[in-house]
Amino acid sequence: VSAIEEMEGVVDAVGPLHDELSRTWATPGGLWGVLTTVDAKVIGRRYVATGLAFFVLGGILAVLMRLQLARPESGLIGPDRYNQIFSMHGTTMMFLFAVPIMEAMGVYLVPLMVGARTIAFPRLNAFSYWIYLAGGVMLYVAFVLNIGPEAGWFAYVPLSGPEYSAGKRTDFWAQMVTFTEVAGLAVAVALIATIMKMRAPGMTLARMPLFVWSMLTTSGMVLLAMPAIMLATSFLISDRLIGTHFYNTAEGGSSLLYQHLFWFFGHPEVYIIFLPGLGMVSEITATFSRRSVFGYPVMVLALVATGFLAFGLWVHHMFATGLPRMGDSFFTAASMIIALPSGVQIFCWIATLWDGRPRFATPLLFVIGFIITFVLGGLTGVMAASIPLDLQIHDTYFIVAHLHYVLIGGAVFPLLGAIHYWFPKAVGRMPSETLGKLSFWLVFVGFHTAFFPMHLLGLMGMPRRVYTYAADMGWNGLNLLSTVGALILASGVGVFLVNLILSARRGRPAGANPWGAPGLEWAVSSPPPNYSFAYAPVVEGREPLWAAPRGLAVMDGLRSDQREVLLTTISDAQPAVRYSSPEPSIWPFLTALTCTAMFIGSIFDEWAVVWGSLPIAVAIIGWFWPKPPHSQPPVAAEPPPGALA
Amino acid sequence: MRQGAGWLSLGLLLCGFRAAQTTLDPAADQAAQSDVVWRTMLAVCGLMYLLVMAFLAWALLKASRRRAEVPPAVGHTAAEPALERGLAGWGALILAGLVGLTTVSFLVDRTLAEVGRDPLKIKVTANQWWWQADYEGATPSEQFSTANELHLPVNRTAVIELHAGDVIHSFWAPNLGGKEDLIPGRTNYLRLTPRRTGVFRAQCAEFCGLQHAKMALTITVDRPADFEAWRRHQLGTPPAPSNAEAQAGQHLFHTRACVMCHRVGGTDAGATVGPDLSHIASRPTLAAGTLPNTPEALAGWITDPQGLKPGASMPKVSLSGPELSAVVAYLETLK
Repeated sequence: VSAIEEMEGVVDAVGPLHDELSRTWATPGGLWGVLTTVDAKVIGRRYVATGLAFFVLGGILAVLMRLQLARPESGLIGPDRYNQIFSMHGTTMMFLFAVPIMEAMGVYLVPLMVGARTIAFPRLNAFSYWIYLAGGVMLYVAFVLNIGPEAGWFAYVPLSGPEYSAGKRTDFWAQMVTFTEVAGLAVAVALIATIMKMRAPGMTLARMPLFVWSMLTTSGMVLLAMPAIMLATSFLISDRLIGTHFYNTAEGGSSLLYQHLFWFFGHPEVYIIFLPGLGMVSEITATFSRRSVFGYPVMVLALVATGFLAFGLWVHHMFATGLPRMGDSFFTAASMIIALPSGVQIFCWIATLWDGRPRFATPLLFVIGFIITFVLGGLTGVMAASIPLDLQIHDTYFIVAHLHYVLIGGAVFPLLGAIHYWFPKAVGRMPSETLGKLSFWLVFVGFHTAFFPMHLLGLMGMPRRVYTYAADMGWNGLNLLSTVGALILASGVGVFLVNLILSARRGRPAGANPWGAPGLEWAVSSPPPNYSFAYAPVVEGREPLWAAPRGLAVMDGLRSDQREVLLTTISDAQPAVRYSSPEPSIWPFLTALTCTAMFIGSIFDEWAVVWGSLPIAVAIIGWFWPKPPHSQPPVAAEPPPGALA
Repeated sequence: MRQGAGWLSLGLLLCGFRAAQTTLDPAADQAAQSDVVWRTMLAVCGLMYLLVMAFLAWALLKASRRRAEVPPAVGHTAAEPALERGLAGWGALILAGLVGLTTVSFLVDRTLAEVGRDPLKIKVTANQWWWQADYEGATPSEQFSTANELHLPVNRTAVIELHAGDVIHSFWAPNLGGKEDLIPGRTNYLRLTPRRTGVFRAQCAEFCGLQHAKMALTITVDRPADFEAWRRHQLGTPPAPSNAEAQAGQHLFHTRACVMCHRVGGTDAGATVGPDLSHIASRPTLAAGTLPNTPEALAGWITDPQGLKPGASMPKVSLSGPELSAVVAYLETLK
């Protein structure tokens, strides 16, 4: 314990320097500050909270579905409402919860973990949050007004096309995709630039925390995958609004084209969601095992390999569409081989626990729950890779079980563990361990009770996306069991959130490094000051705080009277340039507002694209209006004594 | 007591005996081949899962015995070489398992593509939300059309040509074989070689809109002689109604909305928008598996199709009580 306390607050400034830095990096107060802030920590917290709000909404929809399916021939929810509910559930969880919240965790944590004062492109980051919020709010307003999506989160044509999905329901869905993907791309760019150019001196690529590696891989995947879905939905919305025929078979279009574009995004999407989860698992495992993660190079290679392989699997969602069998076989092989990097990582985490001295705090419980659950989901994924078996289980409850084992097991368990783990850093108070452990057990038991029976239901012939089933199908008991599990799971999530709310008010104050963790984010006080790091920390290993328990070496030379960040070289992280970082600005908010007006307007009238782009142009001109020059031109920083050469 | 019964029924369910349609009780070559892959996967993946859980349990047990607070271990520890060997072995085991499973999957997939001699050819068209089946024949007089039911001869491969009339659907008879999509503008094929007689249920497996849940069909696997008898019967036209009520029903059928969509062989009713009703009384279900085919259910369906299957293309046809009984009486003669 004494060693831990010595590590606290090593990079914080005190006295006049603290005051000046705080003034320089301050966000204005009041509503104006809320709208203009470019502080990555403020935006990251906001982003995570919004993601959790959508998680709760998506969860409520899931519980409604389980209540409907608890009994055969239930009249609780009619087919039209049910189809909207399951479409909203999938859409919310994939587009408004999973991807944004993982990126949000990156927005908050990556700058701190790499020892940077803020994120790269802070205004783009602010814009991303506003556009994400607007897309999510628009979708839920539409849903409440009975114009929510009805064709599934995948919206296959022609069911989602102009002929079979009349009205505006699918248009709102397609525009929501535009909103969230613009937001996702913006964050991905900011994170890549932060990771590549803003790491603390000495944090070479080989010393980067595994969570940062996972966010780098994920952000690269976002850049490649998201354009495919934006193309898919833009074609769809053009077919619907201005009569193009991209997907109209009668006019030479192709409905399979949509599926290819959708899954070229949709499959990598799964890995975009759980690779950050794997990074979180690595951080938590190391801290609570009190041992660096075994096999770091293998872990990094596994993450990057998964990122590449993820783009070669999409056809396994389309085995039943009648594509040539020989070609399908290659996708079987690719889908199988992706189990290798995942399996290797599982070994490394268990080996870390085996060789470490684990302390079973709530975050580590979620990691153990993750291993038990995710491995099962991975193995059913291997099953689904086989064409003959997939043709039986595709589009059944077996796949519903599989995907929830992978996504809840592989992403939500680590996320809940990570929120509990980094909560003291972001809020400055400790979460309750009692409530934390209670929430873990409810979530774990509820999850398996809800989803394990679905494997059996799928094998017993229950298709997905049915709003009801006949009483004589033999599915009654397992469906009821699954509903009971869903209610337990929901109560676990409820306890988890109550814990966060109570602890934010009354939790024991957390020091800078309450868990005795090794990463740079624990070198600043909790919550971190608005300037994050007064000095650039100098990194000499993968676990900076464990390697230097008496305090980190730091590098001076950044201005304190203006917003300035340090840029370093890409692979070796040698100090290269002092660079100015923008002041709070209203333009990102106004740009998001004008984009929102144009996107929503274009649902109703194609001319909105023309007139709507004028205010956007004005907002962007305001955003990019030249600033008064930096009082001193940026020059290469002199490495101070003690810094890495 | 109730708990015991619950476990028993769960056990039965696990064996696949109680479900109306199941992949666990194959009755055709294609389902049997998928089942071979399933069993292989279950054994191999089950073993791998047990290995991972054993390692995890060992790590956790070991952890509970060493609680000393020590400074964190940075970099290499004494156990590192052993763990590295373990990692290499584990990676090799995963790779071997994956290569084995891929090979099994590939070989089974090849056998799925085989077609026996003299296959039976059937064209199935899926619509929101019912199935049309056209049995092919050498001449037009050898062809006929039915709806929401198939009859297949045992031990003979049926090649089913799949089309969609509106949106994408998927044909899935779990006991007989894997599913295949029916996609507008494309032609897909599904092969089924039943090895056991019996009645099997099939259902649409691709979300196709409002009534995706109520789009089933019944597949009856017959001995060859029984199949031939059924085929002959389907080729014939139903006899003209003999009693007065059924004759009145036929008149109503031809003068009200019914005739706009439905065909009845040997009469002037020739529309092909909805299901062919030539032999409707001999079919096991109504409205694609939504209702049992009884006179009462038929009357209920004609009276309120939108209440029983909201969104279906069948409109509500306003008929008085006696008119309704007459129409039902007529339809019941269409054996």
